[in-house]
Amino acid sequence: MTTEHTLVAPRSHPERSFGFGARLLGSQAFWASVATLIICVAITTISGTVATYENVFNTTRNFAFIGIMALGQTAVIITGGIDLAVGSVMGLSGIVFGLMMTSGYSLWSSILVALAVALACGAVNGYLVAYLQLSPFVVTLGMLSIARSLVLVVSNNRMVYQFGPDEELLFALGGGGLFGIPNPVLVLVGLTLVLGALLNFTAWGRHLYAIGGNEQAARLTGVPVNRIKLSAYLLSSLMAGIAAILMIGWLGSVTNALGLTYELRVIAAAVIGGANLAGGEGTAYGALIEAALLEIIRNSLLLAGVDPYWQGTFIGLFIIFAVLLERVRGKRDTALFERIRGKRSG
Amino acid sequence: MGDNGAGKSTLVKIIAGNFPPSSGEILLDGRPVHFHWPTDARHAGIEVVYQDLALCDNLTAAANVFLGREVRRSFAGMFRCLDNAYMYQRARELFAELKSDTRPADLVRTMLGGQRRAVAIARTRLARARTVLMDEPTAAISVRQVAEVLDLIRRLRDQGIAVILISHRMPDVFAVCDRIMVLRRGRKVAEKPVAQTSPEEITGLITGAIERVP
Repeated sequence: MTTEHTLVAPRSHPERSFGFGARLLGSQAFWASVATLIICVAITTISGTVATYENVFNTTRNFAFIGIMALGQTAVIITGGIDLAVGSVMGLSGIVFGLMMTSGYSLWSSILVALAVALACGAVNGYLVAYLQLSPFVVTLGMLSIARSLVLVVSNNRMVYQFGPDEELLFALGGGGLFGIPNPVLVLVGLTLVLGALLNFTAWGRHLYAIGGNEQAARLTGVPVNRIKLSAYLLSSLMAGIAAILMIGWLGSVTNALGLTYELRVIAAAVIGGANLAGGEGTAYGALIEAALLEIIRNSLLLAGVDPYWQGTFIGLFIIFAVLLERVRGKRDTALFERIRGKRSG
Repeated sequence: MGDNGAGKSTLVKIIAGNFPPSSGEILLDGRPVHFHWPTDARHAGIEVVYQDLALCDNLTAAANVFLGREVRRSFAGMFRCLDNAYMYQRARELFAELKSDTRPADLVRTMLGGQRRAVAIARTRLARARTVLMDEPTAAISVRQVAEVLDLIRRLRDQGIAVILISHRMPDVFAVCDRIMVLRRGRKVAEKPVAQTSPEEITGLITGAIERVP
């Protein structure tokens, strides 16, 4: 490399701007993991009840449903969008699933239809957001209302608690486990690994980040923006459908309240896990660890004897705190970059 | 050349396949071509440096260079994953060719103006381009950087690449161009070899003081 025309001499490590350690310390998912660990240890020493096998089994299973949906939500948020409809889509595909099972269809055909219903909702969201370029907030808010009302229409406001010939299979799927790990947790871990690989190692993942970073630039450079955005909303709804089926298998019943207000917890998990609502940032691991953190806090509060009515307050505070943290982090990064620029030009 | 709102950037985006033309046709080597996507124009050897550079701040320099045409390789015979090693290597070579100190693994967000420009220009060097469109490449940069960009344009010309320069800056245009075309309100009002015109005449054509030159 000739230095004749370069404005600045190359630094000693021309490839790496920030080392692995620095990147780790700068990642929100890392700090969230640390916070989760600290809270676990603290609660265990205080109450001595968290670490029992039953409680860990229950807690991990509880966060699995939110975590699965948070994965899809993360993909949507990376593109700079938001999916408020996940809770309602979960309810709709769940009630359709329950009604199919109770009328004697097999587990597999019921799963197929339930996931197809979820995908149909995602397709409507994605089409309106990507191709007609409507605001994702408004579109998915509309779908939240539509899907929730369809739950009542389809179920005629009755509860489903008998699941036909494949009932045992369903309960084993949602309520059972393998090697002492609940099935929903295994599904969550599997999906996290798959999404993590897709985000990091495929053109699809790179395009998601590109769209969130600068949608106009992505369009100009030939990224199939509409198709990629549509796929993110499809993924989010599909995850809601998967979570619905697993949850029904665990609960053993479907009511019209399935998934009600879950969008809040799902978005909270994704955002606290490092997904930036402005787009362009977010990781699969972050979504998983944050779903865990929220559930552990909820569980700890319950065990510590805090009135469950306070739960919403704590979760709300956590969301605000996470966004605040992001702001602080953003400022620090900006200051760091300014310093680097100063050094280069000085 | 042309005033604000004359349609220069729109014309660039039509040629690059971002917008469909409402009428008229594009001839390349005398043959009509139709571009529906930016990738169509690229396959025909047309590359563009956009006015705002069209960069994603949250991605690395190498990711931006290859945006929309990522190099992939098969993994375990079925999955097509990004070949980051190759893309970083190629980006590093391109930056070296451009005599830029831009590093492939840096996030664009952390970069200076000149480095950002190098990323946008490196894109045009990926494929064997025959035509490069540059939309205001010398706007809002230092005198020294202007000289570098003009030097680059001359080097592209010497390699037999046609450069279409969109610019407001009269001195730059007269320094590197062979032919000047003036747009006013979406219409071509003049097309002249540089040797047969003057900055005064072009200014008159841009503002409308001179109606039209046949």
